[in-house]
Amino acid sequence: MSQTTSYASTSDAARHGDEPLLQVRDLKVTFKRQGEEPFVAVDGIDFDVRPGQTVGLVGESGCGKSVTSLAIMGLLPKRGNRVEGEVLFNGTDLLKLSDSDMRDRRGQELAMIFQDPLSSLNPVVPVGLQVAEVLERHKGMSRKAAMVVAREMLDKVGIPDPDRRLKDYPHQMSGGMRQRALIAIALACEPRLLIADEPTTALDVTIQAQILTLLKDLVRETGTALIMITHDLGVVAGLCDEVNVLYAGRIVERAERHPLFEQPRHPYTNGLLESIPKLEVGRGERLNPIPGSVADNLPWTSACAFAPRCLNALEVCREQTPQLEMDFGRALRCFNPVEVAR
Amino acid sequence: MLRFIVRRLIQMAGVVVVLSLLLFLWFKALPGGTVSAMLGERATPERRRELEQALGLDQPLWVQYWNYIKRVATGNFGPSNGVLPGRDAFEVFLSRFPATIELATLAILIAVLIGIPLGYFAARRRDSWIDNLSVMGSLVGVAVPVFFLAFMLKHWFAVELNWLPVSGRQDPTMDATRVTGFFVLDGILTQEWDAAWDALKHLILPALALASIPFAVIFRITRASVLDVVEEDYVRTANAKGLTSRIIRGRHILRNALLPVVTTIGLQTGALLAGAVLTERVFSYTGIGQALAIAIEVKDYPVLQVLIMAAAAVYVVVNLLVDITYAIIDPRIRTR
Ligand SMILES: Nc1ncnc2c1ncn2[C@@H]1O[C@H](COP(=O)(O)OP(=O)(O)OP(=O)(O)O)[C@@H](O)[C@H]1O
Ligand code: SF4
Ligand SMILES: [Mg+2]
Repeated sequence: MSQTTSYASTSDAARHGDEPLLQVRDLKVTFKRQGEEPFVAVDGIDFDVRPGQTVGLVGESGCGKSVTSLAIMGLLPKRGNRVEGEVLFNGTDLLKLSDSDMRDRRGQELAMIFQDPLSSLNPVVPVGLQVAEVLERHKGMSRKAAMVVAREMLDKVGIPDPDRRLKDYPHQMSGGMRQRALIAIALACEPRLLIADEPTTALDVTIQAQILTLLKDLVRETGTALIMITHDLGVVAGLCDEVNVLYAGRIVERAERHPLFEQPRHPYTNGLLESIPKLEVGRGERLNPIPGSVADNLPWTSACAFAPRCLNALEVCREQTPQLEMDFGRALRCFNPVEVAR
Repeated sequence: MLRFIVRRLIQMAGVVVVLSLLLFLWFKALPGGTVSAMLGERATPERRRELEQALGLDQPLWVQYWNYIKRVATGNFGPSNGVLPGRDAFEVFLSRFPATIELATLAILIAVLIGIPLGYFAARRRDSWIDNLSVMGSLVGVAVPVFFLAFMLKHWFAVELNWLPVSGRQDPTMDATRVTGFFVLDGILTQEWDAAWDALKHLILPALALASIPFAVIFRITRASVLDVVEEDYVRTANAKGLTSRIIRGRHILRNALLPVVTTIGLQTGALLAGAVLTERVFSYTGIGQALAIAIEVKDYPVLQVLIMAAAAVYVVVNLLVDITYAIIDPRIRTR
């Protein structure tokens, strides 16, 4: 048999590994502001990420995607919120780690990239140093050695003329290039988990596809597990092995990519899929957005939050809380799922 | 960077030219014209005629202006007619200038060295007692008139407690050697340590009084700026990278937060002269501020003119320093 590259073999082993890399258990985030009702942004979420796997978190604006990822990273503000549950990373509960232990892991074992590449880079520090500093911190490299690796990283993420770009400041780069630089920063220490929070939303449509392809290639090559956060099911379709659909702080459906797209069972997932622009839809023909808004939500504690907007809603949906149940390899939270194949 | 500095210098030269034109026209417009302005109103007719000839006041206006520029550029403003009658106005200025520079430098140093760290500290511990206390302190700093603060400091620390000298720049019995006119510096240069220490003691109270407003303003700007910057996405990125808090503080928070503070320091330095007039009076400190107060009172126009020009020059230089510092910190300006 011919020699396979080390990347491919880690990735293969990783893909078929049994032990999850990340186990999120009953994660709950409550915001408390003085003089305001406590607000539950994330309401008991469970999901796993296996090594090398790409998992999607999908849902409308405000459903708790960013709060979930910030809670995993330990980046929520120190005051004004409560985080409950467990975030097991390689068996260690990150939520129980001290500040400095968590700081040692961030950027090294788990990394994150954010939505807006311009505001996420420091405007007064050269891009090269912004890559190098994370290597200095976690790999104990000298400035010189870190710069050499930083240059390699810029090259790897497809930034042309990396020697010159090392000295550039963020304002001298294009939006796509900045996001590439942020990916270089995140992957510099070869983390085992990367969280990408809407990494393409702020970019031009043509650049979006390039960045997604780059991410896909890089995680495949390095065996990094990826949590892909998006409100765009189109992004999920090309990238994710498994997809979690969130609604109002809870997971309402989880399935592998193909079954989810071929036969969505939750009415909310179904609605999201129907609102994706399809090629065969003629111009001027209206898409089917989900009616209503999150402002209509019912409380999960006594109902299905989605009921006021749901085409399948029954009497029971307004009176009881649907539970997340396993159903032929997928998880589903619904009293009256969609039956027909699309 | 060099192009940036040159462009700045040209702009500032323009400012000085405009100011000189204004001063020139102001002198013409005074009752009695330039001659009364320079000699005072009680000069004899012969002296007046002499000066009129010397200045070439019968020539066209632009020639007069050109002559005026030449005189100003060579420091020839004519003799003082009030502050130190008979002495050359420019010499009067030179003899007073180091005193005020010494005082202003110490005041700005106090304001910066306390204002910036305290502003950072207060912002990071927002709403703590130390934050509330320092915000209140800075409000008092702006609200209390400088001369009142100067009186209070003098009364308590000099008169009542007798910790520090009441007035002047140095104990005259010291008989210290003069080198540069900066008394503290002179003491250090000549290794007359007791003289340097004595001069410094004379500086402390007036410098504290003078520092009150710049301190309050620098503190508040730093605090507000740090509060803004810590909310920025790039600070979240820095945290997501697991960087040490030392690097996050210096490279990611302060380097950005100090941009507006640098501008403020420049403006406050430029505005120090106003405070110096009052402070120097209270402490009988023989600097520019005191000379300015007297020159205004007795209409010593030659001295007044030097002082206005000097104030403008200081302002221009400080602004240039601010711009250069700003460009060093902010690449968006440097690389435009
Ligand atoms: N610091 C905070 N204080 C109070 N409420 C917050 C805070 N951060 C987020 N929230 C609330 O938590 C909810 C979930 O926010 P989150 O940012 O996770 O949404 P999202 O799914 O990422 O949406 P988007 O697609 O707009 O990014 C929102 O209703 C938001 O208002
Ligand atoms: S539980 Fe009822 S309201 Fe909720 S999604 Fe299912 S059918 Fe719709
Ligand atoms: Mg978000």
